[in-house]
Amino acid sequence: MKRFGLVTGICLVGLVILGAAVSLVWTPFDPIRVVPGQRLQPPGWPHLLGTDGFGIDTFSRLLVGARMCLVVGIISVSLAAVVGVPLGMLAGQAGGWVSEAVMRLADVVYAFPALLLAILLAAGFGASTVTAMVAIGVATMPAFARVARAGTLQVMASEFVVAARSSGTSPWGVAGRHVLPNIAPLIGVQASVGFAMAILAEAALSYLGLGTPRPTPTWGTMLRDAQQFLFVDPLQALWPGLAIALAVLGFNLLGDGLRDYLDPRLREVS
Amino acid sequence: MSTAGWRLARRVGIFAVSLLGASMLIFVVTAALPGDVAQVLLGMDATPEAVARLRHQLGLDRPLPVQYLSWIGGILTGNFGVSHLSGDPVLALMLPRLAVTLWLVLFGVIGSLVIALPAGLLAALKRRHWQGFLVNALAQVGMAIPVFWGGILLVLLFAVKLRWLPANGYVPLSQDLGKWASHLVLPAVTLSVVQGAVLTRYVRSAFIEVLNEDYYRTARAIGWTPTAALVRHGTRNAAISLVTVLGLQLSTVLVGAIVVEQVFTLPGLGSLLLTAVAQRDLLVVQGTVMFLVLAVLAINALVDFSYLLIDPRQRSGGEET
Repeated sequence: MKRFGLVTGICLVGLVILGAAVSLVWTPFDPIRVVPGQRLQPPGWPHLLGTDGFGIDTFSRLLVGARMCLVVGIISVSLAAVVGVPLGMLAGQAGGWVSEAVMRLADVVYAFPALLLAILLAAGFGASTVTAMVAIGVATMPAFARVARAGTLQVMASEFVVAARSSGTSPWGVAGRHVLPNIAPLIGVQASVGFAMAILAEAALSYLGLGTPRPTPTWGTMLRDAQQFLFVDPLQALWPGLAIALAVLGFNLLGDGLRDYLDPRLREVS
Repeated sequence: MSTAGWRLARRVGIFAVSLLGASMLIFVVTAALPGDVAQVLLGMDATPEAVARLRHQLGLDRPLPVQYLSWIGGILTGNFGVSHLSGDPVLALMLPRLAVTLWLVLFGVIGSLVIALPAGLLAALKRRHWQGFLVNALAQVGMAIPVFWGGILLVLLFAVKLRWLPANGYVPLSQDLGKWASHLVLPAVTLSVVQGAVLTRYVRSAFIEVLNEDYYRTARAIGWTPTAALVRHGTRNAAISLVTVLGLQLSTVLVGAIVVEQVFTLPGLGSLLLTAVAQRDLLVVQGTVMFLVLAVLAINALVDFSYLLIDPRQRSGGEET
């Protein structure tokens, strides 16, 4: 049953990556060019999932949308990890007031909702993919810092670290050689769950018109467009939402599956 | 001072510092950035003299720290400034819309609890049976559904197909109770389902923890049924984790409400904020975001205070985590 979740997660994530990769070399139709004569076609041939209100092939837009969702996910999660993990490790290794300061800072950032941050950035700089990625990345940082700190504390208490420290290994050496390799799996799990969150947040932002601007296809803007034709062509509102849900489900299942797979206590049970 | 007193004081301190940090961030991002409000208001043809006059009128020619202090000072006395575009006080713009958002948040939280408490309890009790797996699977799916898509799906079913409920819009409670309720059903259910899915997972793990405790085994051993033992002894013990999650939920629901308002074109704080962003009405953006952040931080602080009420152990000290 546990493996079932992990395998499903890997398959769904694989599907998103495949869609994004295919869109790099080929899409059935132009995903951007407006074709007035082809508006709101039903699903069939040659438009597999029909066309949207601009006459653009929905399947083509979905494929390109997968690319945007991966780009935003990778960059915002990397940003969060690159800042959050070292801070969390610092807090875990240094302890004392350093730890207190880092974790309180994390609390403050954590309390500031990603969506509000994105709205602020959009108001100041104008909405773009970059403001969305920065907002999502900053909002996810505290989660990485917490996971890294908790993992570091655990590793620091282990005998091999005590041995390394007493034989004169510098804190940097301990961090690089012992802590980081041991907390890497935890970070991987967090990255997968963070990725799911990033996809949801990016979709919400582009749905609100605060993310990637037109004409670049994203799943969120596709839903925004489809909502205008809800009474005429309800199917158009189905596909992009389904794509978002499956991608998020995939990354969540992957994260949960990895956690169960890596957690020795749970492994003993199964 | 007693330990509880210290904890309270410390929490109030954290609240104040967070608020200060958030207000600076809000001010710096919106005020110190490109795009001269006076130029935007007067249009590109305006003479430099007119722009300078307006800048002076709006107080934009003062140094930034002075502008910040006058803004934050105003907020502390309940003056959120005046919209550059409409000339209305920001607070007067926010208040009538606050009711819409509050109704939505209230029903969203209640709805998510109504879903999550029984579902989580069931998932914990039957965690090795098909019922448990089913609840887990449904929660996973619910968590993956973007809140706005959930709203659109409900509209498709109940407004487009069945025509039972309105697809969007809002009628104030003072005008018509029935219409008010019918316009709020779909938005509230949307929030409840999506938030309920997240909450279910937390409720489940909080109760599973209780299942492993000695007092639960004892209660079972002296003849309590599983459900009765869990409800009688588990609720207060699970309450700590649940209150934490509920606090987080309240802030997520508040933010989710911004999105849901957009789906159903409800005239709440979210739509005010998004319109202000589109029109670059910076004081309205600053004021509304500040208000929402204040609400989130206050909720978090209240959650921490409530630990002292729920858990007597935390009142008399004990190791901090």
